[in-house]
Amino acid sequence: MAEKQYNWSAIAKNPKFIELHHKKTTFLVGWWVFSTVFYFLLPIGAAYAPGLFKIKILGRINIGYLFALSQFFVSWGIAMYYAHVANKDFDRLTRELVDELK
Amino acid sequence: MKKLITAAVLALSLGTLAYAEPAKDAAAPQATPAVTAPVQATAPAATTSPVAAQAATPAAPAKAGGLKANPMVTIPIFLIIIAATMGVVVWSAKQTKSASDFYTAGGGITGTQNGWAIAGDYMSAASFLGISGIISLYGYDGFMYSVGWLVAYITVLLIVAEPCRNAGKYTLGDILSFRTEPKPVRAVCALSVVAVSTFYLTAQMVGAGKLMQLLLGIPYKTAIVGVGILMVGYVVFGGMTATTWVQIIKAGLLMTGAALLSVLVGLKSGMNPFQFFNDIATSPNVIEHVQKVVLKDPIAVAGFDYGQRFLEPGLFLKNPLDQISLGMALVLGTAGMPHILMRFFTVPTAQAARKSVIVAMFIIGSFYILTTLLGFGAAIHVTPQAIMKVDKGGNMAAMMLAQQLGGDIHPFIGDLLLAFLCAVAFATILAVVSGLVLAASAAIAHDIYVNVIKDGHADQHEQVKAARITSFVVGACGIIIGIAAEKQNVAHLVALAFAVAASGNLPVVVLSLFWKKFNTAGVIAGLVTGTIVSISLVMVSPNMTYPKKVAADAQKVVVVLEKKQAEGAMLNEKELKDLDKARKDFEANKDGKSILGLDAPLFSLKNPGVVSIPLGFIVAILATLAFPSRRAEEMFDELYVRQNTGIGMAKAIDH
Repeated sequence: MAEKQYNWSAIAKNPKFIELHHKKTTFLVGWWVFSTVFYFLLPIGAAYAPGLFKIKILGRINIGYLFALSQFFVSWGIAMYYAHVANKDFDRLTRELVDELK
Repeated sequence: MKKLITAAVLALSLGTLAYAEPAKDAAAPQATPAVTAPVQATAPAATTSPVAAQAATPAAPAKAGGLKANPMVTIPIFLIIIAATMGVVVWSAKQTKSASDFYTAGGGITGTQNGWAIAGDYMSAASFLGISGIISLYGYDGFMYSVGWLVAYITVLLIVAEPCRNAGKYTLGDILSFRTEPKPVRAVCALSVVAVSTFYLTAQMVGAGKLMQLLLGIPYKTAIVGVGILMVGYVVFGGMTATTWVQIIKAGLLMTGAALLSVLVGLKSGMNPFQFFNDIATSPNVIEHVQKVVLKDPIAVAGFDYGQRFLEPGLFLKNPLDQISLGMALVLGTAGMPHILMRFFTVPTAQAARKSVIVAMFIIGSFYILTTLLGFGAAIHVTPQAIMKVDKGGNMAAMMLAQQLGGDIHPFIGDLLLAFLCAVAFATILAVVSGLVLAASAAIAHDIYVNVIKDGHADQHEQVKAARITSFVVGACGIIIGIAAEKQNVAHLVALAFAVAASGNLPVVVLSLFWKKFNTAGVIAGLVTGTIVSISLVMVSPNMTYPKKVAADAQKVVVVLEKKQAEGAMLNEKELKDLDKARKDFEANKDGKSILGLDAPLFSLKNPGVVSIPLGFIVAILATLAFPSRRAEEMFDELYVRQNTGIGMAKAIDH
């Protein structure tokens, strides 16, 4: 298998690569931190703000239940949003970069 | 009409109860820790449970505590599942020719298939039976506990899935050894992978043995050997292809079972969520259970809504720091689990890896939401009292619910549904253990044998042979450990596996992929520290058995019962048995010490993550800075470009 030899440090300095890497880092770190903080609010809130979690909103359904349920939808939401941005932006930039190297 | 059916179910279960009794007695006390896995009960302390159970007895209405699968229905369903998976193995064995076929199914799994397989690899019997059980007994806290298992996938999706697909080949060792000295890094990495897999596998095997014993009444050893032979068969002959399809089939069965039962639960409340929550909070059995068993109020506090309390936090999870520690281990550990990481090498591209995580997230998330319905449904329709009679940890809640709701339609449907769920639990265990055996064998055969011992010079035939022999040995060890650990408390092992993965594997994976200076010293120091610190902290944590504590608890039971006797009350047979057992426990344990010779835990948390994860990162960083390597820095560009773009993919270690 003849593997093409790439000049890795040249690719790393390619403006397209730098743009890709900046966009990706900002997006990934930002949303990861958001999801983690949002998640830890659940055990912390349940332990230190039980009064808030007990407030009934819809019939017998309380804030605590809705908040726990919202974790699922927020996680799915982040996943879908990431897929959208990655398919649109990151993959396009990657393709352009790969085409340029051919 | 409904009473008539309930009576019929009652008669039926009582009839089978006699037959189920011996196996149940042997299994019940041990089954609880094994199946609930990392959920470490702080609420129902051993001391109070005999008394508490006593208090609860009068409340339990005419619902039988028996649970016994009908073998005439169960055996055919089991045989169908075994036959189907064996068919898959025969088919995949023909396709498994190269090392790549064996470890990654030749990279030919699609994103959607891989998503189902990840879900099948991840959702263990502990999540299915354990979490629905906790919800049925403690309400809200069980639901809150399940959230972390899904959120963990955000880390997998955003941080590790695509870079691993782009930069790796078969194992974690491939990624870590990319710009470091391969031999020591692969060797240490393989040890850590084997440690994580062994902890997880032991917990699964013991859980499997206990579960099969409880459900089918077969002896523990037979159950372990049976599960073990199937698992070894799948992996040795079918490699990754067979393992993947077993996991896909299992995920499909599990979702079908959970969805079916949820619909039945929903129909009972007229498919109306408000009605459903109202049914939970106004159920007299739930109210009684919360008051007497959970909160231990002998007389109801006037005006306190015990039913609503079931929907509020704090009945089960008592120590917030422990919860945060477990949360950290889940959120970071899942992304460091070798059997999960390995799944990303089975898809052809980073896009497929991305898609597979998203598919898996939807399956896993839906599953946990359905589990809530099952748990609350079991609380309403089976009642916490009846669930606790069969298993104190509530592990049989979903099974009992199936039998009951199906039985309300027709007794045979009850048997059929129960048998189906037993088969689902069985398939679940097989899928998870197969994934673990494959991950551990890949680390030993690919990292240690091929790349350390043979310097990477092994032809395809030899590599596949090595992989098959290793899988066989790993599987055999799994069976032996499973049998040896029958009487051990293995509940902490799943949490320990996640803690080691989060403190040892994850920091070095992340630093390898994203930090230019990271090098050999950092990988080895990080892996070794994370692994050893997690294990050591667990060894001195409250997870271990401290005989003095056991003796003190036994003493309390003795005091309570003797006081009752002294007051002139006649003790019933069960209380006399408890008293006798407590006295014996006290004598046997009063001078004992834990495995490490301790009287009491040195570290107060059950989950070490909050300490070991930061330590894993810090040590990896310090060691890197102390022993800088120019080669590692120079090669970073290559790794970084590869992991971001997939250029030169999968040829990464062919040079």
